Amino acid sequence: MAKALVELLKQSFPAAVLETHAQHGDETLVLDPASWHEVAAFLKSSPAADMNMLMDLTAVDFPDREPRFEIVAHFYSLAKGHRLRLKARVGDPEGKHVRIASLTDLWGSANWMERECWDMFGVVFEGHPDLRRILLYPEFEGHPLRKDYAADKIQPLVEYRDVPATDKVAPFRSDEGMSFGRQTHDHVPSADAPDPEIFPEPAN
Amino acid sequence: MEPLDEELTQAELELPADPMIVNMGPAHPAMHGTVRTVVELTGEVIVKADVQVGYLHRGFEKMCERGTWTQVYPYVDRCNYISPMLNNVGFSLACEKMLGIEVPERCQWYRMALGELARLSDHLTCDGAMAMELGAFTPFLWMIKAREMIWDIMEEETGARLTHSFGRVGGMAAPPTEGFKETTRATVDQILKVIEEVERLLLGNRIFLDRLEGVGVVPADEAISLGWTGPCLRASGVPYDIRKAHPYLRYGDVEFDVPVGQTGDCFDRFMVRIEELKQCARIIEQCLTRMPDSGPVNVDDPRVVLPPKNDVYTTIEGTIRHFKIVMEGLKIPAGETYAYTEAGNGELGFYLVSDGSGTPYRVRIRPPCFLTTSGLERVITGLMVADVVPCFGSLNMIGGECDR
Repeated sequence: MAKALVELLKQSFPAAVLETHAQHGDETLVLDPASWHEVAAFLKSSPAADMNMLMDLTAVDFPDREPRFEIVAHFYSLAKGHRLRLKARVGDPEGKHVRIASLTDLWGSANWMERECWDMFGVVFEGHPDLRRILLYPEFEGHPLRKDYAADKIQPLVEYRDVPATDKVAPFRSDEGMSFGRQTHDHVPSADAPDPEIFPEPAN
Repeated sequence: MEPLDEELTQAELELPADPMIVNMGPAHPAMHGTVRTVVELTGEVIVKADVQVGYLHRGFEKMCERGTWTQVYPYVDRCNYISPMLNNVGFSLACEKMLGIEVPERCQWYRMALGELARLSDHLTCDGAMAMELGAFTPFLWMIKAREMIWDIMEEETGARLTHSFGRVGGMAAPPTEGFKETTRATVDQILKVIEEVERLLLGNRIFLDRLEGVGVVPADEAISLGWTGPCLRASGVPYDIRKAHPYLRYGDVEFDVPVGQTGDCFDRFMVRIEELKQCARIIEQCLTRMPDSGPVNVDDPRVVLPPKNDVYTTIEGTIRHFKIVMEGLKIPAGETYAYTEAGNGELGFYLVSDGSGTPYRVRIRPPCFLTTSGLERVITGLMVADVVPCFGSLNMIGGECDR
């Protein structure tokens, strides 16, 4: 169904398409990030593709790879009923220079999804009119869905209460409550560990 | 009659016309869910709006990366918490797509019946809340009472009224109970009566109609560009329903219609949901008729399905199998997939990345109402302050799903 479309893109952008696969029936193209916007615009305008919906846009973090982030977009054509996944790999292992072109001028849905992607992964979408945090608060530091952001790290906007007579004051500290330690994450740098001055080790 | 103060010119008599910033939410009695809308007003007209979500962000996608695949279910439950069963089914189908398994026929009908019951509850809540926010309290109470009946069935089937965590990869947590078909039929009949009564109450009500008709019009091309799906897109006249366009489970075998709106205003969004309630009832009836009364519910695949409890206690193979699945988690082959189903608000997509271990590498939930809410800004700009309430209500923003 979308196979013909993959061939078409390969022919139209021979330099931009780095690899393709169709795992579980999802046709996927990995693109050169420089041609991200160009290919997306082609998908929207070309009558053979007719992708009038940008269904989903997100990122995946692979800290061991170079480039580190995969930007993943899913397109859908209402008229033709076919789907396509585009991917582009950006960013260096330190998580810097994560930049890609914004698709906000082509689809309205890109606006919030790119803001979320910036919020969660720190991907800078060049040309986005309003790249603010969306799910987190402006004072938040870091990008939580990166693998090197510790899952139990906390950044309270309001400091925890210090009530000596009560031994349990919600919200709990990071070392209390349910332990999420199923998997060790080697990527967590020590700088992300709780500040010992704010959260001293429990004395026991 | 002479003016009272002849020295004042006409310009001085005018009211100050500086724009005023009004902050609605995050906790506003007429805005269900926690969303903050900062509107800039000239008089009563909104000239600029900024919709801010995220007040219910709990980091589900991060938490999903810390447990097993099965431990994702409680999180998807808490995404759209008025129709959690649809999320359960959607996530199960995504995992099964990666594993390449298909659940037995009985389970497919069971999932559809439970899913459509959840959709009933979703649309009843949305339409009821919308009516209540416009001052019609009685329909709200009736619809919530009808929803309560659905939750009674859910409690009987799953043990929980709201957050069922009932789906499993490769089946369901339990087979249907004995009285499932009978109770569901009786309940759906009662719900249809409630819908009829609600229609009689609301659709002849001038105030209700005036506040919805022609308000918050979204043309089809804009709805498509904004990524709207589900009832909101269909209200704009686009007949896109994943159950029809890309049938999953047994949706290709049942008869139902896809209602579409004409203008894409708030009234159309309200009516599309009302019509879908009736279509849900049709689908449920067909599911119940065609669901076998006996037979397996889970796939016969020792990789993913827990062994029967009796085997766990009496045989070493059963014990080991149980231990492996619970402690290590079921293994999904490395790769990626995007699976989508029609949830209460539209296309609920799961983009899953697996590294082959028992823990998800990435679970991306594509929430339908995140994108419908992103259109709110565009919908309310140019309208009056009072129109924010029906517009917001008709989009059916569910905080848990939008913010995750």
